[in-house]
Amino acid sequence: MNRNSALRADASIRTVPGLSRARGDFPILARKVHGKPLVYLDNAATTQKPRAVTAAIRRYYDTSNANVHRGVHALSDRATQAYEEARGRVARFLNAREDREIVFVRGATEGINLVAQTYGRVHLQAGDEVLITGMEHHSNIVPWQMACDRAGARLVVAPVDVSGELDLAAYERMLSPRTRMAAVTHVSNALGTVNPVREMIGMAHSRGVPVLVDGAQATPHTPVDVRALGCDFYVFSGHKLYGPTGIGVLYGKAEHLEAMPPYQGGGDMILRVTFEKTTYNAVPWKFEAGTPNVGGAVGLRAAIDYLDAIGLGAVSAHEGELLAYATEEVGKIPGVRVVGTAREKAGILSFVVEGVHPHDIGTILDHEGVAIRAGHHCAMPLMDRLGLPGTARASFGLYNTPAEVDLLAAGIRKAREVFR
Amino acid sequence: MTVDLRSLYQEIIVDHNRRPRNFREIPGADRTANGDNPLCGDRLTVYVNVRGGMIRDIGFTGNGCAISTASASLMTEALLGKTEQEAAALFEKFHDMVAGPERGAGGSIGKLEALAGVREFPVRVKCATLPWHTVRTALNTPGRTASTE
Repeated sequence: MNRNSALRADASIRTVPGLSRARGDFPILARKVHGKPLVYLDNAATTQKPRAVTAAIRRYYDTSNANVHRGVHALSDRATQAYEEARGRVARFLNAREDREIVFVRGATEGINLVAQTYGRVHLQAGDEVLITGMEHHSNIVPWQMACDRAGARLVVAPVDVSGELDLAAYERMLSPRTRMAAVTHVSNALGTVNPVREMIGMAHSRGVPVLVDGAQATPHTPVDVRALGCDFYVFSGHKLYGPTGIGVLYGKAEHLEAMPPYQGGGDMILRVTFEKTTYNAVPWKFEAGTPNVGGAVGLRAAIDYLDAIGLGAVSAHEGELLAYATEEVGKIPGVRVVGTAREKAGILSFVVEGVHPHDIGTILDHEGVAIRAGHHCAMPLMDRLGLPGTARASFGLYNTPAEVDLLAAGIRKAREVFR
Repeated sequence: MTVDLRSLYQEIIVDHNRRPRNFREIPGADRTANGDNPLCGDRLTVYVNVRGGMIRDIGFTGNGCAISTASASLMTEALLGKTEQEAAALFEKFHDMVAGPERGAGGSIGKLEALAGVREFPVRVKCATLPWHTVRTALNTPGRTASTE
């Protein structure tokens, strides 16, 4: 038995029973693409949905659908209950102190925009600074740029080294007396780097700077405890967590949410409206104008229940094995360079192939049934820093297997043949 | 390699990607334009010298996938020595070939036909057309940026 098959066998042994069966929970994984079995390795873009999630959404619409927080009738009560129970489930998932610290939004992007436009509007003034890192997704850059532009504040960027690790000492130095907010990603979507967010939050807090953590790429891979982290805000998207699109979460410490002005105006976020004056609703509803995505919240709750039954610890261990195996198998192909070699990584393998543009790799892999992402991964400043127009990115989920890694590697070898 | 994949990555495409022709800046060119595909990050600049209504020199620089690089390279070869009217007509023919409603419409356009396979790969059509949009911008409204979006 050679080393690779040993590793493969090893990976299947370490896979917990719940995980080896999990693949069958995702109907889409049984389909073919271009006549080949689908190998879905674009999980950092969005994950596939288990039956438990689609069934919960369908059950909600088939049995409980009504508008929330306003009807006196039975269904409205049930829908409200389902929606608020989902909030409670998210609060436990993140270990928030109170349910009201959970605001439902469309996704991580909207969560960051909400904070930038409400907290930012109140606290940012001319000459102030917002500190981010060089590996942020555009969604944790542009909202702060917009807030800074409005206030005459400055966006400060903590540098990233060529391995894709944050320069922690520089980050600490850049926390200045003018810093009003630090906004950092927990896990890099382009490279998979896991940032030492707990330390980063400690450094910021010792200078009185609140911290928003973008957890879009962290929540699918690792258990998150917002109280242990101590962060002021934490955002994530349901669709990257095996839940539906269009639902996401902003966690905010109650004292911040209380003090922040509303985000959007409309129904549900008010207590009393006259043409002269409106009294706003309590937290979190103050931030949830309009009919919310109740079906989405129900689906997200089902996704969290599903993940919990498997255990995020087991998912994390499984994906760690896959990443190690893929790093070795892909990295040893001649002409391939793995981009992002941070010591701590989660679920993402970015790479470039000499003489083959990432898009061409993507097209050739697609014809083998292998779905990856090619391009700048909504992190253009990071790509500029690395001197690359883009990378090819394979990202792993709980249902991926070592055999799929082998198909990825075979596809990359094929791409090299085409361009020989 | 599957048959349809070879129809996309023909030898001529691979060759023009590896050794793009007219891959150079033309300092002080009469007309230049940038092309930008914001979705995938392909970027190029096209330089054209026009004398007496005829394209006397043409070059390009930039960074893109094999399809956009080969398309730009083949385009510069095809347009050298053409009049502006001929260039405009060729743009239409090329566009019809890769994205038009009917396969094979528009008549023969020589070596450029190596890119006909792109029409089977809808997400890659913009890669092939970006250089053409860029040269059209350079000829019609120099200094502007052409975008696929």
